[in-house]
Amino acid sequence: MSAMVAKIQDYAVIGDGRSGALISNRGSIDWLCWPRFDSASIFAALVDPQIGGAWSIRPAQGSNFSRRYINKTNVIETTFSNASDKVVLTDFMPVASEEQKRQMLWPEHELVRHVKCEWGEMELIVDFNPRLDYGRVCPEIKNARKLGWRIEGGTNVFTLRSDVELTPNSNEGLAAKFRLKAGETIAFSLTFSAEGPAVVPPLGDLVAEKLNLTIDWWRRWAAKSNYRGPYERQVIRSALLLKLLSYAPSGAIVAAPTTSLPERIDGDLNWDYRFAWLRDASFTVHALFGLGYKDDAEAFVDWLLHATRLTRPELRVVYDVFGGCPPPECELPQLHGHAGSRPVRIGNVAIEQVQLNIYGEVVEAVSHFGGESEKLDRDMQKMLRQCGEYVCQHWQEPDNGMWEERDKRRHYTHSRLMCWVALDRLIDMHARGQLDGIAVEKCEMERKRIREEIETRAWNAKLEAYVQACGSKELDASALLLAYHGFEVGSSRRMLQTNERIREKLVPRPGLVHRNEKSKDRHEGAFALCSFWEADFLARSGNVSEARRFFEATLAYANDVDLFAEEIDPETGDALGNFPQGFTHLGVINAALSLHDSEERAHKLKS
Amino acid sequence: MNWSSWLLWGFASTVVLTSVLAGSQGFGMTRMNIPYLLGTIFTPSRDRAKFIGFFLHFGNGWIFSLIYVAAFQALQRSTWWLGAIIGLVQAIFVLTMALPVLPALHPRMANEQYGPTVVRQLEPPGFLGLHYGIQTPISVVIAHVIFGAILGTFYTLK
Repeated sequence: MSAMVAKIQDYAVIGDGRSGALISNRGSIDWLCWPRFDSASIFAALVDPQIGGAWSIRPAQGSNFSRRYINKTNVIETTFSNASDKVVLTDFMPVASEEQKRQMLWPEHELVRHVKCEWGEMELIVDFNPRLDYGRVCPEIKNARKLGWRIEGGTNVFTLRSDVELTPNSNEGLAAKFRLKAGETIAFSLTFSAEGPAVVPPLGDLVAEKLNLTIDWWRRWAAKSNYRGPYERQVIRSALLLKLLSYAPSGAIVAAPTTSLPERIDGDLNWDYRFAWLRDASFTVHALFGLGYKDDAEAFVDWLLHATRLTRPELRVVYDVFGGCPPPECELPQLHGHAGSRPVRIGNVAIEQVQLNIYGEVVEAVSHFGGESEKLDRDMQKMLRQCGEYVCQHWQEPDNGMWEERDKRRHYTHSRLMCWVALDRLIDMHARGQLDGIAVEKCEMERKRIREEIETRAWNAKLEAYVQACGSKELDASALLLAYHGFEVGSSRRMLQTNERIREKLVPRPGLVHRNEKSKDRHEGAFALCSFWEADFLARSGNVSEARRFFEATLAYANDVDLFAEEIDPETGDALGNFPQGFTHLGVINAALSLHDSEERAHKLKS
Repeated sequence: MNWSSWLLWGFASTVVLTSVLAGSQGFGMTRMNIPYLLGTIFTPSRDRAKFIGFFLHFGNGWIFSLIYVAAFQALQRSTWWLGAIIGLVQAIFVLTMALPVLPALHPRMANEQYGPTVVRQLEPPGFLGLHYGIQTPISVVIAHVIFGAILGTFYTLK
């Protein structure tokens, strides 16, 4: 088993638009769930190095480690080197266009590990210790000889093929120790199949072909971006991550590929993020359109329509990748948690929560999408009308808010804002002739009432700031979104004052922002997304140079391959929470887009 | 030979056979996907293979039902148990004879002795199709017994 406990930022992710694997900077695959992001794990050392299961390839003797993504791809290279020897481990999940897949047999799911000795000679160790069902099952690994090693789990089969001879080890897994000389390569392929006959791919030249196809596929996708602004490297990495988190068969985008990475080390703030949250909808569509990924934005909106069909007019907070209900939350007592942070949970209790903000998110997402087309189709219009009617009836009710607080429901400012956004965008779409059949006068009246409520009850005159909830004294970084969504202009006196208070109370150091005072008091990390909201706000309010400084300060907290978790420990700079987090990377993209727009505007004004 | 009865009940029993096999895959009894297995004889594309394989399997079922009907005619008896026995015999034949020789006939199926190649990557079924799940033989037997029983019950002798 993987004895060394890696930190969250020590990981990188690979994926194929159906599932993802986390690989440590020491070459160990410590997290993999097949066939879907939210399936049970085969490797889960990430949340329990003792029993979770891992697959490591590492040098037998000490050496230096470095890694990088192959430019504009989700293929990761880990380099082991010393003064005279260098070995490169390339990990990827093969992807190719549908046309290319039609030309050859293609396993349902595959993870390929390719090792090449660049110079010198190195002895390497392979330890393959799978554990099924979140560490509950130590599976029997059968030797199928020329067809590889087989693990049967129910009617599913995993097949491991290798260029080197593997032998059973003391952990009921497989192991090998071998030497590679300059120019020599070996490869491993792990496949998963739920239907027979499984495709058992050969290694050799086919590995190189799949690597080329995969690199080509990711690069072609990345090249569709029309973003040519500042921080392009980080923006493209964020876009590639979003694509990796997209479940290709449905268009859903999961929040993160992991569960229960702690928001506080040794704490119990450990949640399962392997589902799709409607809360992220408008940010997602904005980011995808902003970068020019129209097809992906369209696929996501299609998923929104499909996923919400069964529950409308009420919307669920969270859906699984096919629009179903995620399983109820439960704890996995057999797992000790990442760095001892228990419990490890699967499923998410957010399915029982009420969040009024999601109506605004969905309407805004469709509105953004609709900006591109002349008329919205009948299905879409029906959904929008239902959202409008629901908001008109329910906006005054308390909810759990975007941060999914579990104690009690409140009249959150952000939820009110998003109800306002819903009605505002519906009225706009009606005026543009894209949407028929809404009660315009009622929408206008309720929109006015929401504005009045936010301006009077969510504004704390004593603090001189918009606060977390109506009548509250607590600050919340989500107040910055009042400018993002156009409720107030960023340069308004109230917004500038609100931002000043937020910077006084919620910014522990440059580049970091706590989401609210309660989370700060709970010793959670700074919420990475809120840092990007701050940068976005500064850009919108016209303070472009400070926006740049803040943005750069936040980007400095990314790991060595430009990935962010949900939170950042203000003391150590360590990543906290599920990793890598789509919501945070949406923040990177949207803040960069705002910064780019603001700089272009400023440039035009000057000239 | 009662052709119209064969056409009708051959079709109906094939529908049930296909549904039982698909259902046993859906309910986790076996991984064996017969349309995919057959369709990959003609194409490596997963989706196209399933599409082609579905029609192929359906056609096979219909044609095979001719043998059942011929047996009923020869014995001048058509009952559910006679159909079920023929189904059992066919299932045993499929499991013990047809599946093990499949790697030799299927152009994309790997061989256990030589391992996969660029062209031949499909996992062979193994003895009784056990590589596709331990309950594969049970599902094959059940599906064929039901297939025969339906034919035996409803086919009208001429």
